[in-house]
Amino acid sequence: MASDKRDMGEQVKDRGRHYFDDPKRWKRLIAILIVVCAVVFALDIANPILYSMTGFELRHPERSWEGFPEFYAVYGFLAYTAIVYTAKLLRKGVMRDEDYYDR
Amino acid sequence: MIGSLPPAAVMILGALLVPLLRGRARTGWVLLLPVASLAALLSLGEGEFGQASIFSYELTLVRVDGLSRIFGWLFHIAALIGLIFARRGGSALEDASALVYAGAAIGAVQAGDLITLFVFWELLALSSVFLVWARGTERSYRAGIRYLIIQVGSGVILLAGIIAHARATGSVAFDHLGAETLGGKLILLGIGIKAAFPLLHNWLTDAYPEATYSGAVFLSAFTTKVAVYTLARGYAGTDLLIWVGVAMTMFPIFYAVIENDLRRVLGYSMINQIGFMVCGVGIGTEMAVNGAVAHAFNDVLFKGLLFMSTGALLYRTGTTKCSELGGLYKSMPKTAGLCIVGAASISAFPLFSGFVSKSMVMAAALEQNLDVVWLFLLFASAGVLHHAGIKIPFYGFFGPDSGIRTKEAPTSMLIAMGMAAFLCVFNGTFPTLFLYPNLPYEVTYVPLTSAHVISQLQLLFFAVLAFVWLRLSDREPHELPSTNLDADWFYRRFGRGVALAAGGVASRLRDAVAARSVAVAGSAIGSARRYMGPRGVLGRTWPTGTNVIWVAILLLVFLLLYYASTPVTSVPPPP
Repeated sequence: MASDKRDMGEQVKDRGRHYFDDPKRWKRLIAILIVVCAVVFALDIANPILYSMTGFELRHPERSWEGFPEFYAVYGFLAYTAIVYTAKLLRKGVMRDEDYYDR
Repeated sequence: MIGSLPPAAVMILGALLVPLLRGRARTGWVLLLPVASLAALLSLGEGEFGQASIFSYELTLVRVDGLSRIFGWLFHIAALIGLIFARRGGSALEDASALVYAGAAIGAVQAGDLITLFVFWELLALSSVFLVWARGTERSYRAGIRYLIIQVGSGVILLAGIIAHARATGSVAFDHLGAETLGGKLILLGIGIKAAFPLLHNWLTDAYPEATYSGAVFLSAFTTKVAVYTLARGYAGTDLLIWVGVAMTMFPIFYAVIENDLRRVLGYSMINQIGFMVCGVGIGTEMAVNGAVAHAFNDVLFKGLLFMSTGALLYRTGTTKCSELGGLYKSMPKTAGLCIVGAASISAFPLFSGFVSKSMVMAAALEQNLDVVWLFLLFASAGVLHHAGIKIPFYGFFGPDSGIRTKEAPTSMLIAMGMAAFLCVFNGTFPTLFLYPNLPYEVTYVPLTSAHVISQLQLLFFAVLAFVWLRLSDREPHELPSTNLDADWFYRRFGRGVALAAGGVASRLRDAVAARSVAVAGSAIGSARRYMGPRGVLGRTWPTGTNVIWVAILLLVFLLLYYASTPVTSVPPPP
């Protein structure tokens, strides 16, 4: 059988350090994420205050449980975590060697 | 001239010339065909064309209406982008099969009757398998065979359903079918295989990752989206599909988390995204079907973009396995950036395309008071963020440095990815300019509201925060070279084992029967030889005298029998 078609290019010289080689850059990225999270988190707290003062709502819940403050933030965080843990559990049941079907 | 040809024929017939062309001539020709085909489609306007009749059934080769037109647009755009992507290193075989494949998809969504649909349905299977085989490896050959068996099988079930439907109704028109009749059920099953319904889905995750780097881009665009179109046409409002769709959004996300091959992750991701569409079709309201169709449109673009960026990785590094990749942004920064656009689109960040289409399905679920469905879909949205939003770009291009250094993707690939990325942002930012006006029903939904933007950002950013926390505390699943058992185990291992065991029993049975037959035949020959052989009683030579005695005895016996059988009658005295 013919082998895989690909063009990996010539040996490419690496021009030294790259953006994320510096751990500080990762830390800065995470700091930005935390700030963004804090902002979107604060919006849900600000919403009822804003409403009582101006009568304007940033978001009006369609369902009572969805109107629970920080519903989406909590749901997103928990769902993500649950998915990862469930998948790790699934792995215990279904994981086999890479060449399982080739043997 | 083009106007008189059905649009599907332009690319299918045009593909015949591809093997004769080389280099720039072939590039020019294959890029001209989708454009010419789209021109043919747009010149038609709405209506039905190409009527014919066969065995007293009325065929309609081309039907252009709101639903088929948007899919027509989509498949032309996908074909053009895919063909541009395949310019570097793609063989004439790949070009030709991609053109026939795209033409078949266009023909299928324009089919006004079920017989025409069936013909293009099978052509989809036959043309696309070469995109898997073109990889030229043993694995791709075997995966292609499995793919072909299942795809052609789906067509056979479809045909059985069409026959049952035609006998019951006397018509082969392709309109709403419903799952109440036998024909309707069988057709739904045939479509369900192509749409990768749960337990029928493994052909997709099996074959797509084994295709060539550009083949997977075409594969991701056509087959499953034709299935979504046929569901929307024939089964809108079928309640069963709501839960089938929910199951499709849910189970692949767990597999995608632990899968090592990025293109197989995308395979599971496809099933997850099709789940949103199937759910929308099941809900069946105008907004839900609009959402399903809009999401199919966007999915082809962002999933195509993700398959192209992982295809570029495969082209440059020879692998798409998480456990072997990492740090590739250093060599391929533009590809990494475009991959992030695709990841943001599928995760439905505001201003990216998933945001304006997935939410239509979810809003329609809430409108129909399907609160539990809505909660599942929201859960699945967090799953999409994990495997497609974070895993693909992070483990492909960032993540721990693998030490691989290569070149940026070729210009043709960057152009194709750039086009897809542009359309992802364009549809996400200005949905009312092209996407919404071309949907089958009028759109009243407004995606960019403060409520939707805020709730979506809360969901997504806190899910990203969960990723950062799990990653930093080493709770993320490690990237391990592995195979994960799925429903295909039943035919690749269990079924194969049963077949081999049955073969073994049959072979022993045959050996036993053969041995017994030989023994019986041997003894028959032995006894024949004993009586009739040279020394056998019947084979002896006899003297002539003996023969004379036997003849005399025979004559005597005959005479005695004659006398015995002649009745004794008294002779009357003479007068």
